[in-house]
Amino acid sequence: MRLSWWKWIAMILVGYAVIGGLLLPVPELTQLGETIRNLYYHVCMWFSMMILYTLSIIHSIKYLNNANVLHDNKAKSYAGIGTFMGILGYATGAIWASFTWADPNNPAFASFGSIMREPKLIGAAIALLIYGAYFILRNSILDEDQRARVSAVYNIFAYAMLFPSIWIIPRLLPSLHPGQEGNPALNFNDIDSRMRMIFYPAVIGWTLLGVWIGQLNIRLNIINEKKGQYEK
Amino acid sequence: MKAIVQIRSLLYKDFLLETRQQHTLYGILLYIASTIFVIYLTLPEPDAETWNTLFWVMQLFICINAVAKSFLQEAKGRMLYYYSLTSPSNFILAKLVYNFILMLVMSAVTLLFYSLFMGNPSTAVWQFAGIGLLGSVGLGLTFTMLAAIASKAMQQASLMAILGFPLIIPQLLLLIRLSKTAFAEVFKAGAPTQLVLLLIGLDILIILLAVILYPFLWKD
Repeated sequence: MRLSWWKWIAMILVGYAVIGGLLLPVPELTQLGETIRNLYYHVCMWFSMMILYTLSIIHSIKYLNNANVLHDNKAKSYAGIGTFMGILGYATGAIWASFTWADPNNPAFASFGSIMREPKLIGAAIALLIYGAYFILRNSILDEDQRARVSAVYNIFAYAMLFPSIWIIPRLLPSLHPGQEGNPALNFNDIDSRMRMIFYPAVIGWTLLGVWIGQLNIRLNIINEKKGQYEK
Repeated sequence: MKAIVQIRSLLYKDFLLETRQQHTLYGILLYIASTIFVIYLTLPEPDAETWNTLFWVMQLFICINAVAKSFLQEAKGRMLYYYSLTSPSNFILAKLVYNFILMLVMSAVTLLFYSLFMGNPSTAVWQFAGIGLLGSVGLGLTFTMLAAIASKAMQQASLMAILGFPLIIPQLLLLIRLSKTAFAEVFKAGAPTQLVLLLIGLDILIILLAVILYPFLWKD
């Protein structure tokens, strides 16, 4: 089995993020405690989601340029993995929020309504809803060329509308989420240097892992298509 | 020059169709009237915030119903005829302008009936009307493009809502925030102007995207 160099890097970095992330020292903050280590997983999921969605839209633009089915396949796969990462981001965020935000006297179910009103959560929910709609749109068109073309158009249109919303909504609503003025954990002042040593490699590692899964999915799709052709 | 003539005739055709096939126009008007009547009966005395939110949610649903038909009514054969006559960008521009005007009229009618039945708690009535018109135009433009996308798929009407709701959230939040200026809420100096400019910027973005992307949807 021969793997390309970046897959080795992905494995090493994700391994480092898991082992180093759980064992290396972190700043001691009373309100966060050890949950601060979730930064290496929760924030990285959102980063890799956005990077994968960006890859998806790049392939949509390429598809509209040259109508090569491979690009449609890639756009679909990266959008799928991006959505998966987004769901993981919600899951890790929910764990974190249950330790930091949720009212201890209130069951998690009752605090959900007030937690969900967070601008960052709304932005993420919009992104996930858009890509949910993207997949429903894909499934409701039978003709293959048309499906690829129409979904590429929607992908580009929705992505272009998503960015203003991520920029606008935090300025309209109050927030408890860290990093109100921009991207959490990217700012040099609000992240400890010890954590930066693990955080940046972790972002790269998780994103590469996402691309890897996406590529496997793309290959599987190609094989399935070929199989379909022989069976006909 | 040729483009303007083409857009004008496409617009003329849409208005002509509207006056000939009156069931669609009256359908929307009746939709507005019955929606307001339902709200009137189920919610006797709303406070200003509820009134405002309900107005915008109603506007959203009216917009989906009014704009959806702009592409759904075009039969496949007729689209073939358009291919031979005009370019995709002229076609989408004509649709955008048409829905722009349609939504202006519809939101004016909505606001009139809504104020008649439910009262108008805003302190600056004309300001609210202006924001209402600006907002409904933005909704109309967004859903025109989404109707164009949804018209290529099955279950078009419900698909339009699925495709559109996530995209419309920021616009709707901006509008609800902005319309609070008409309820005597104090804003930072210059903030309302900024919000208005932001909304106009979004509208321009949608028009540009529609003109760039529609040519790819155009051909079957």
